[in-house]
Amino acid sequence: MESRAHPNRLGIWGWIGGGRWGFERYLYSLHRVTGLGLLLYFLLHIFVTAFRVLGRDPQQSWAQAMNLVGGPFFKFGEYLVFAAFAFHAVNGIRLGMLELGFAVGRPIEPVYPYATSVGRQRPLALAVMLVAAVIALWGGYSFILGN
Amino acid sequence: MRDRTLWTWHLFAGLVILVFLGLHMVIMHLDATLHVGNPFPGGAVDWANVAARMKSMFFAITYVVLLGAALFHGLYGFRNVLFELNPGGGLRRLVDAGFTLVGLALFVFGAWVALAAPGVAMRMGG
Amino acid sequence: MAGTSLKTVTYHVRRFEPGKDAEPRWEDHRVEVTPGMTVLDGLWKVKELFAPTLAWRSSCRMGICGSCGMLINGRPRLACNTQIEELKSDVVAVGPLPNFAIIKDLVPDLYSMFDTHRDLMPFLLRDDTKEQEAPTGEYWQTPHELEHYLQFSYCIKCGCCMAGCPTVATDPEYAGPMPLAQAHRYDSDSRDGGFAKRREVLSGGRGPWRCHFAGECSRVCPKGVDPAKAIQLMKQDLVFDMLRLRTRKPGSKVVEAPHGKRKDDIPAAPTRTA
Repeated sequence: MESRAHPNRLGIWGWIGGGRWGFERYLYSLHRVTGLGLLLYFLLHIFVTAFRVLGRDPQQSWAQAMNLVGGPFFKFGEYLVFAAFAFHAVNGIRLGMLELGFAVGRPIEPVYPYATSVGRQRPLALAVMLVAAVIALWGGYSFILGN
Repeated sequence: MRDRTLWTWHLFAGLVILVFLGLHMVIMHLDATLHVGNPFPGGAVDWANVAARMKSMFFAITYVVLLGAALFHGLYGFRNVLFELNPGGGLRRLVDAGFTLVGLALFVFGAWVALAAPGVAMRMGG
Repeated sequence: MAGTSLKTVTYHVRRFEPGKDAEPRWEDHRVEVTPGMTVLDGLWKVKELFAPTLAWRSSCRMGICGSCGMLINGRPRLACNTQIEELKSDVVAVGPLPNFAIIKDLVPDLYSMFDTHRDLMPFLLRDDTKEQEAPTGEYWQTPHELEHYLQFSYCIKCGCCMAGCPTVATDPEYAGPMPLAQAHRYDSDSRDGGFAKRREVLSGGRGPWRCHFAGECSRVCPKGVDPAKAIQLMKQDLVFDMLRLRTRKPGSKVVEAPHGKRKDDIPAAPTRTA
């Protein structure tokens, strides 16, 4: 039945929240943002890395391509991609486990205060953030050393 | 239940990416601390190291696998984000067809690059 | 309500009168708070003293009918289940549940949710229609089998979970936590044999595939139903079914009446009247 009442959907604001939603909802939003960022980088990356086989002198083509993406702006962007990968991968492992029904717990008799699957997987979510932060920091250290 | 199949492949592709992109990140960005996959001195993107990896069939094959998995995983994820914004039927069909075409085209191009790389590296003698 | 006044709060209430307002607007009313006063109690005071045309749904005032779901200080809650004191604020902002169209003031249009719920066949589906129409006995079920779905059967259909879900916020096609959790409640009931039928209805954008475990539904559920858990378990069932990793048992048998001669001192059961 179609509603003739006044529309009241949150829209995209429902993805971002407003400071009053739970921790896992922000992980959901961050997972989306990092995924889209990684996709954008990846589509460009396919073309940039193709330079290693293009042209009469691929070595020269490669050097030109690396020159193009060698600036500090690009280097910082690359680091962001690495950090985004660290979060998206580790959170992806968590989501894969949860969405296949593992680590959500068995159905229980709900006794107040309710123990939900969200509470049960909270240690996993915190571990995800910690591991992602460690990998991102390690990557940052490596970036600085390498450059 | 097409969505069920695509979703399961999405998860499986994620696993494949975890392994191969993880390796790629270690080689390209953790080289200063782990020294994996870069036999020559210099950075991971210096020609000597790039050519060394180009010559390897292991990298050629795994790049193709990673390319396919990442294109599917990324474009399916992007499709989900777009579809959850409730576009009309025509736009949905356009996105489905467009993403499939773009994905296939990029896969063909990227796979050609990865599989041509050993020949190019041999020819360059690097 | 008897008791000394603790403080005075401002009820910041969202109003919308069809035919009069083009857009919703806000109204402020000062209400005295006594110990144990719920948000619903405060709404009655507002209606009685300041805004006689204020509309909302409520019935049992004890958290079991699911009528009074509202957005209270930014979270979907039951008005009868929320003490003003627990909000720890001098402002009680009350709005209708988000992600539902507004009929008037605090009254959401829940038809879309109920229609979807009905489409997912939230009842036992079995082949033995004769037995269901004229039952000869009970369906067999162990306490262990009951545990598989009991938690999800506590749902009071209040709509708070739908209001919290980020996918429902943008996507009207997605079934939402309540219908999906209730479909899983029946799929995991050992008496049910309707998994294949519900699987067909769950295909496409309606199904559980647009859930990404934001977890908000389970956080806001006033009865501890944990719809997020139900949806992930449903995905497990559907994927394992596709990969042929799990065989489903048909619906449980009817418990037959006992055979044999009755002992002399045990009276016969009364005859059936229906």
